[in-house]
Amino acid sequence: MELQITWFVLWGILWSVYFMLDGFVLGTGFMSGFLAKSDIERRVLINTVGPIWDGNEVWLITAGGATFAAFPTTYALMFSNMYSALLLLLFALIVRGVAFEFRGKLNNPTWKKGWDIAISVCSFLPALLFGVAFGNIFKGLPMHNDFAILSFSYEGGLLSLLNPYGLLTGVLFVMLFALHGCLYIAIKTTGNLAFRSSELAKKLWLPVLLVAVAFLGYTYPATRLYNNYFKVPLLLIIPAIAVTSLLLVRVFAGRNNFYKAFIFSCLTIVFVVFTGITGLFPNLIPSNIDLDSSLTIYNSSSSPYTLKVMTIVAFIFLPIIIAYKTWVYRIFRARITSEDISGDSEAY
Amino acid sequence: MDVLTLSRLQFAVTAMFHFIFVPLTLGLSVMVAWMETRYVVTGDEIWLRMTKFWGKLFLINFALGVVTGITLEFQFGMNWAEYSRYVGDIFGAPLAIEATVAFFLESVFIGLWIFGWNKISKRLHAMSIWLVAIASNLSGLWILLANGWMQHPVGFVLRNQRAEMVDFMAMITNPYGLIKFGHQIVSGYTVAAFFVMGVSAWHLLRNNELAFFKKSFRQAALFGLVSATMVGLFGDLHAVEIAKVQPTKFAAMESIWETQRGVGMNIFLLPDEKRECNAIERLCIPNLVSILAFHNPSSEIKGLKDFPKELRPPVLPTYLSFRTMVGLGTYFVLACLVALFLSYRADLEKQRVFLTILVFSIPLPYIANQLGWIVAEMGRQPWIVYGILKTADAVSKNISITQVVLSLTGFTLLYGSLGAIDLFLLTKYSRKGPDSDLSRIITTEGGN
Repeated sequence: MELQITWFVLWGILWSVYFMLDGFVLGTGFMSGFLAKSDIERRVLINTVGPIWDGNEVWLITAGGATFAAFPTTYALMFSNMYSALLLLLFALIVRGVAFEFRGKLNNPTWKKGWDIAISVCSFLPALLFGVAFGNIFKGLPMHNDFAILSFSYEGGLLSLLNPYGLLTGVLFVMLFALHGCLYIAIKTTGNLAFRSSELAKKLWLPVLLVAVAFLGYTYPATRLYNNYFKVPLLLIIPAIAVTSLLLVRVFAGRNNFYKAFIFSCLTIVFVVFTGITGLFPNLIPSNIDLDSSLTIYNSSSSPYTLKVMTIVAFIFLPIIIAYKTWVYRIFRARITSEDISGDSEAY
Repeated sequence: MDVLTLSRLQFAVTAMFHFIFVPLTLGLSVMVAWMETRYVVTGDEIWLRMTKFWGKLFLINFALGVVTGITLEFQFGMNWAEYSRYVGDIFGAPLAIEATVAFFLESVFIGLWIFGWNKISKRLHAMSIWLVAIASNLSGLWILLANGWMQHPVGFVLRNQRAEMVDFMAMITNPYGLIKFGHQIVSGYTVAAFFVMGVSAWHLLRNNELAFFKKSFRQAALFGLVSATMVGLFGDLHAVEIAKVQPTKFAAMESIWETQRGVGMNIFLLPDEKRECNAIERLCIPNLVSILAFHNPSSEIKGLKDFPKELRPPVLPTYLSFRTMVGLGTYFVLACLVALFLSYRADLEKQRVFLTILVFSIPLPYIANQLGWIVAEMGRQPWIVYGILKTADAVSKNISITQVVLSLTGFTLLYGSLGAIDLFLLTKYSRKGPDSDLSRIITTEGGN
């Protein structure tokens, strides 16, 4: 297989795994305001993500780094064209991480309240912004690029990202992550909190489905993503898995088997992102004003030599990472109770 | 102000802020790992209490280091798109490898360390902080190989309108990057050593927990002496490398205008950039600069006048930063020597003057670290990649002044507040001292 295609696939995997993993941390973050009824419940929620949020965020750093190393021109234009949106995203992610760490360091209600708001807002914003950003990537950015003379121009701004399709994708991400977060809380906590969360997950499911259907429908007029599926109908298996997984989320939630519901929620997110990215191929970021201006895996990639080096690194280290990450997840697989936290001086 | 100036300012603000937290992480992770290992080996509770107390301070510092690091990775693309496109083929690789090899390890095992006290065995727990320490240091290696490439580009060809990697091994064995890594890592250890000595001194001055803080103090003094000495040794190697491959930076560091052999070092010196000479030159030590540069008293040093004005870095800030850094570095070795000597005396807590000096010395290694980066980055100007790409040609063309003004303001306000909060928490928990209720520590640790 061509190395550019290998890296296109890896690029898609890195982003979708990031959304799957940070999706429930972000979801837990912005749903905590609705679910937690007391300080101890807040702490339980923060402690369910405490050991793993940082490791999950590294998938984002790796996705960014992989874009830089494998598709430098895409990295350069993706990040500079969407400057203001990324800035807001950065601020939110910075505050969220610090909030987890700092909230428990002072026993003062105002201090805690402040960080609680920070966690909610700074978890909601990234979910929305990532959705808006990827919606716009699926749709294409207003770019004029001439690769022969290295002339790159962008005719959009922060507000132009807030078009109906971009916003719909933003809402889709928020809804998916909200559901994902509730299911995570349902399997990671006990008693009343777990019950409320599982009930909310069931209530959220239908709106999520409706938004997902609207997204798949609106994608047809708003983007060129379906062209690849018309060309190779076999690929339709990807959106089919996404939809089936979402249906199975409801089936298993209905049977109160929230572990399985959560697993299918993971699959839903991964395959929704795959659906979009498969439609992009061979583009990474299409231009919606001039087809030849699109950033493809061919006109924006690194040299074959660099791709080869990076492939070797990825194939050696990704299995190792997955192995130790799984091991650590297993260590923290138990549900968190309020008793755990009051007896642990290290807890958040 | 234009996009270029503002973007440079923003990079300086965000990188320097990030670099307030990184050096302490590098050093304190190793110290805490050592303390916990001593606990596992000896079973002595005092090592556990040390692990917990210094570990808590480590974590308060660690969080900000992690989150402010994301900014730097994004910023290359956001503000330096031309740079990213031009050198991404070779510069992107170490960044991606840093994330893959180091950040995953660091982030997963820090979680295990914080939350795993009653979930895994003592040995595994100690192993996880060692993995954090190794991963932090490893991330330093990759980012310094990346920076080393900007300073002394190797292993590439200019092809397809960009720099393409042709020799990965050359990049990861670039002496410039490796020496810089050595110099930086031990500088981080020095920050941690002075941090631990300073906080311990504060408590010793108040007769708090004497046994605990004397033990911490001695560990830090020894660690600091070894580290600060190594900073000097690596610094010497580094200067030699700079003299060899970055003559303009070297000339600016020493403020040398005329090319000559057997250059001496003036103890008192003040450059005058307008008149292209030194306004003050006093107390010259003969041949010292030549010796430092090429380990040869009669070697020739290229002066700044040999280079066109537009290819010279700003001399005054480079020179002053370098001088101050070297001065501070010398102080660190001496202070650690005295500290180690005094730590073997029974009446350490009575050495009030010296202990007070150490409390006020906490910020000094931080300052030295920042100054070192000013020398490295400002001394490289006008180049972003030495000899290959100018900083002025590297900035994004598709961002507006308004965007960068807003982002710079945002970063300054956000970082300012977070920095203040972090300082407040560090001070609070440093002053509070170790948990005196041993039973509570043992209970938590025992898994009840």
